[in-house]
Amino acid sequence: MQLTIKYFGMIAEATTMPEEQLQIEHCSVSELLEKLKIAHPKLNHMDFKVAVDQQLVQENYTITKEAEIALLPPFAGG
Amino acid sequence: MEKTKLKNVFVQGAISSEFIGNSIAKHQTKTTIGAHNIFLGQVRADVIDGKTITGIDYTAYEEMANLKFQEIRERTFAKFDLTCMHIYHSLGTVNAGEICLFVFVSSPRRRIVFEALEYVVEAIKADVPVFGKEIFEDETHQWKQNT
Repeated sequence: MQLTIKYFGMIAEATTMPEEQLQIEHCSVSELLEKLKIAHPKLNHMDFKVAVDQQLVQENYTITKEAEIALLPPFAGG
Repeated sequence: MEKTKLKNVFVQGAISSEFIGNSIAKHQTKTTIGAHNIFLGQVRADVIDGKTITGIDYTAYEEMANLKFQEIRERTFAKFDLTCMHIYHSLGTVNAGEICLFVFVSSPRRRIVFEALEYVVEAIKADVPVFGKEIFEDETHQWKQNT
């Protein structure tokens, strides 16, 4: 399945890209993050939440179909 | 199950006092309203390690943020007897001293708007994926974090 991974704020600064595409088999969020942390080691030291199709999820959430994944650093609205 | 069209809360750059004034004026026809309450978030020129913040560059996960604003709107209307509610948030650069968040709630009675406004502003700070890059006078930056 194809995933679109979106990065925001200080996370986008660390990955030096706003988004990327990834081909991957069914996986949990934590398995996906393991892969992303190998590609972008700075993520190991950063605080972020994960959204799948605009909904926040826990790391044990399983991604079973094409989705938009977002790595969201601490919020700073207002 | 498409619900009412999602409103876009975001505006480019600072929110002007003219815009805020016009929003107030538009409510003069809504004569069941007896009380308005307004929150204006303003960018502070904090000094950190001797360097002054000159502005904040706001970005957002816009699709999710607009969904979250919609959820907050629905939760607030369910909880408080409001006549109307408006939320505007800046994207892009907002200089120190300028307005980056405008929340406007209206009700027949005053007590409700005091409570409702605080509820909305706290929910925005906690739940909406907006990110702020604080720019210093020497063009270095740090990332804002709500506390």
